[in-house]
Amino acid sequence: MQLESMYQEIILDHYRDPHGRGLREPYEGESYQVNPTCGDEVTLRVHLDGDVVQDVSYEGLGCSISQASQSVLHDLVRGKTLEQTLAIGADFLTLIQSKGDQAVADSLEESLDDAVAFVGVGKYPARIKCALLGWMALKDALGQARIIQSGGHHG
Amino acid sequence: MSLAVDFDVETIRKDFPILERRLADDRPLVYLDSANTSQKPRQVLDTLRDHYEQHNANVARAVHQLGEEATAAFEAARDKLAAFVKAPSRDEIIFTRGVTEGLNLVANVLAWADPPYRVGPGDEVVITEMEHHSNIVPWQLLTQRTGATLRWLGITDDGRLDLSNLDDVITERTKVVSLVHVSNMLGTINPVAEIARRAHEVGALVVLDAAQAVPQLPYDVTATGADLLGFTGHKMLGPTGIGVLWGRRDLLAALPPFHGGGEMIEDVRMERSTYAPPPHRFEAGTPPIAQAIGLGAAADYLSALGMDAVAAHEREITAYALERLQAIPDVKIIGPTTVQDRGGAISFTFGSLHPHDIGQVLDSYGIAVRGGHHCAKPVHRRFGVPASTRASGYLYTTRAEIDALADGLEQVRRFFGLR
Repeated sequence: MQLESMYQEIILDHYRDPHGRGLREPYEGESYQVNPTCGDEVTLRVHLDGDVVQDVSYEGLGCSISQASQSVLHDLVRGKTLEQTLAIGADFLTLIQSKGDQAVADSLEESLDDAVAFVGVGKYPARIKCALLGWMALKDALGQARIIQSGGHHG
Repeated sequence: MSLAVDFDVETIRKDFPILERRLADDRPLVYLDSANTSQKPRQVLDTLRDHYEQHNANVARAVHQLGEEATAAFEAARDKLAAFVKAPSRDEIIFTRGVTEGLNLVANVLAWADPPYRVGPGDEVVITEMEHHSNIVPWQLLTQRTGATLRWLGITDDGRLDLSNLDDVITERTKVVSLVHVSNMLGTINPVAEIARRAHEVGALVVLDAAQAVPQLPYDVTATGADLLGFTGHKMLGPTGIGVLWGRRDLLAALPPFHGGGEMIEDVRMERSTYAPPPHRFEAGTPPIAQAIGLGAAADYLSALGMDAVAAHEREITAYALERLQAIPDVKIIGPTTVQDRGGAISFTFGSLHPHDIGQVLDSYGIAVRGGHHCAKPVHRRFGVPASTRASGYLYTTRAEIDALADGLEQVRRFFGLR
């Protein structure tokens, strides 16, 4: 069993020293997600400026995979447009669902950068939800932010 | 011949083929997840195979030879289980899918039962903060649906039930007190007879979740003070999909059916039906036949070893595990830290590390533990942790396996650079 194929050094670094952790104002969308199998949870906020994700802030409890995944998410989508952010989210899902296929990881390196390190998680079905928890919260929070934006008043 | 004097773990292990398994990287299996499900001895596996190969037929409805053999074996299993828990009558043994079904059965029929058992508006049901979700949610459903109120006993800091307000929580309004005998998370053995005494003073029924108790302790259902009690087969060397609900005979006879279907009836007309007496009233449909017979074989196996010896081994291995784990810096045991009134499940935290990460690294050394909330989220909340790691041994667990766990935790520390 190659533990290191899941726990790549980049993941452990993000776990030990998470980027952008903590909830911040202002924000237009917020989502709380929980993994019912283990009780892990995350609250994640997005702050949009027009079409651009200005900030992603988050707080929660969870294993190294879920914590590192949220830290990488923060780095990846800050400063990206909504469209780019959703595309990155879709690529991350493809990576995690590839069952650890390094060729898939290589093809997504441009889009996912450090996050390709999560490719090994796909070999451990019990841990896939850990890696995706923050990304589910991001998608949900973005949906809320867009509803508010289309209303045009709040924020 | 008394096997009890010869309780020898190495001999016992030879009966469990899975304990020979080699895992990835040729690691031997160190199975410390027995509170989740126990492994099965060859004697149980052979019984299952023999049933399917030689005697398979449906029960209680076939006049052919196989049907008679299957029925005889199925009903013999009922006798074995009755003897195993010292039930006063074999008719008090209802085969269920497991404790979860047994508790749901009780919580459901109490909504429809005739007085004095019916739970309705103004009545109270008392549980504890220590319960497995299967002894919480069915009572939430019952009380929400009937307008009754759910109350509970709390837990002390050292992992015991807080009985200081027992007389305030269990009152004249209490209709049911349902609690766990041995906690699946804290390991605590609860003083069930004392709580049952208070419950009976006010005329309440006592329901016990004995999922962790029956596999570990010499058991006498009457001595517990319970009126109804559930346990499950797969935690006591038996197959999955089979459990037992024991109930006092006169009480069972007064309760209405749960599932409707074949085998639970006396007569069926298009307008209405009449029902069979217990236990069949509560066993609608084709039961898990092979599983019940397999559970009978598991009870035989445990009885041959002697439950006193099984319990003594459990205490010894638990004491050793408590000692080894507490000697590891950053390990914090949640629940009683001595074997006094304590079962075999040991839940702990390890620094700031998450149980998933701990379990994953231990698994790479072949060590199987459980990480998560163990279907007991309120207990975790009570102790301020979202999840824990749980090690649980059984009659086949060796001191060397506990040593492997302790060594494995040091590898976990190294891998993550525990802060």
